[in-house]
Amino acid sequence: MDFLTFAFVQRALLASALVGLSAPTIGTYIVQRRLSLLGDGLGHVAIAGVGLALMTGSAPLPWAVAICVAGSILIETLRQKGRATGDIGLAVLFYGGLAAGVLMASVAGQGAGALSSYLFGSLNTISVTDLWVVGSLAAVILVIAVGLSPQFFAISADEDFARTLGLPVRLYNYMIVILAAITVTIAMRTVGLLLVSALMVIPVAAAQNIFSGFWKGMWGAMGIGVIASTGGYMTSIYADVSPGAMIVLITIGFFAASWPVASLIHRHWRPRKDDIDPLPVPHLTTEAHDHVHGPGCGHPSVHHGDHIDYIHEGHLHAPHGDHYDEH
Amino acid sequence: MNTICVEDLSLSLGGMPILKDISFTIDDGQVIGLLGANGSGKSTLIKAILGLHRFQKGTVQLLGKPLKDFRAWDQLGYVPQRASVSMHSTTVMEVVESGTLANRRVGWMGAKQRASAMDALEVVGLADQSKELYLHLSGGQQQRVLIARGIVNKPRLIVMDEPFAGVDLANQTEIATALGEFAATLLVVLHETEALASILDRTLILRDGRLVYDGVPTKIHADAQHKPEHTHHTHLLTGMEHRWTS
Repeated sequence: MDFLTFAFVQRALLASALVGLSAPTIGTYIVQRRLSLLGDGLGHVAIAGVGLALMTGSAPLPWAVAICVAGSILIETLRQKGRATGDIGLAVLFYGGLAAGVLMASVAGQGAGALSSYLFGSLNTISVTDLWVVGSLAAVILVIAVGLSPQFFAISADEDFARTLGLPVRLYNYMIVILAAITVTIAMRTVGLLLVSALMVIPVAAAQNIFSGFWKGMWGAMGIGVIASTGGYMTSIYADVSPGAMIVLITIGFFAASWPVASLIHRHWRPRKDDIDPLPVPHLTTEAHDHVHGPGCGHPSVHHGDHIDYIHEGHLHAPHGDHYDEH
Repeated sequence: MNTICVEDLSLSLGGMPILKDISFTIDDGQVIGLLGANGSGKSTLIKAILGLHRFQKGTVQLLGKPLKDFRAWDQLGYVPQRASVSMHSTTVMEVVESGTLANRRVGWMGAKQRASAMDALEVVGLADQSKELYLHLSGGQQQRVLIARGIVNKPRLIVMDEPFAGVDLANQTEIATALGEFAATLLVVLHETEALASILDRTLILRDGRLVYDGVPTKIHADAQHKPEHTHHTHLLTGMEHRWTS
């Protein structure tokens, strides 16, 4: 554990913890909105920002944030106006951002190799300034994404219903995608732009397997994100491998383990169906009627367990011997 | 006072006229069934009334206010069709609690919101399932959860889009009775009037985007009860339109 005394290791651990905490938080809403690949598309847009920074010789992070936020506003505007479906909008972002980034890097006289530290992360080279920027942006993401979680949940689950609550649905939708864009850019130094989506989505999927409910799932995803990020970084030091890749693989490990863990939890806490004594079903007979129920008798029929009931004036009549039972 | 006042409403989607010159009013406390064949414009009409679809012509007033000035969202309950929601990994309680966010742009859920949600779940008979995942419930139970979410603020006006789809008759009747006790104004898109027969005041029938009937619903029930084969909505509507438009 001697390596923990190195300043660059401490900075890397702190940065990975911050990203591990914030990425799944915003990812919870992205998953709820069934836009799991939004982070991936935004990651590719951010490449255009990095390419622009290389071309102009300026710091990559501010450019990546600006371009990525602009891209997120564009995709949300297209989605809200119904001019493009989520999938098409994401595809335009995906390919346009990647192509623009590589093009600008080559104009700057650098090949795609110059982009690799942003594509796959480079935790060990995070500076104090980087850490301050990452910390500030992560704080903004967490305060808004957790503070407005009931409202964000409402619009992610049912947009029309949220409008009838008088919530500013358009504004909140923009806030969610802008926060996602910022998350992507702060993660580019940890797991990298190509792998950031994994950290936004997979901890959420793992937590939702284990925990029941939206908020438990969100807290669980944040916990898994922090453990996977810091654990992945530490493991990468011992194994001398790429930290970004190790973080993502550990996240996937959590997801794989979430199935048996969920199964164990549910078996332990929930009584098996066989253990529950079925309630006695009272034998209620219908009022006597001459009408004989059967196929084509004029009353709608419905399957009920191992037999058929007939809907008779709002009641379910089931043939039983020489009479009918109320079901 | 009129709870809903629709005047000369016309709406097109993608250049195709969906609603044509629709006018009607609904008074306080009335229970109105909105019927029509598939594609007749029922869901579009209620979405236009709620401001979810922009309309090109006409006016809508809710609780005495023009739609653009309407802010009393806590007085309005909306129950959408079940297929329109995305409740991945969400408990029944969380779904119903979200209904308490009317006009609350910030703020978390507390004991008050939980108590209101539990009251609404009692009404639809699902209080025992509050901790269950929404997606683990049957289709009919999910529909009842959405009804609970729509009534959680005890609103004055409740608008429902086929709330009884997939709900068995016994529960339909139970929920209809509970809704009747609210004394709220109800506008309900229905396929069949049977469940609400005891509380319906009026029926509106849409055909091809036009309002072709606005009146008492008694004949629907009489026919529906004596000719079970006619309870299928298409037969029923064809029969009604012949009678009431001739």
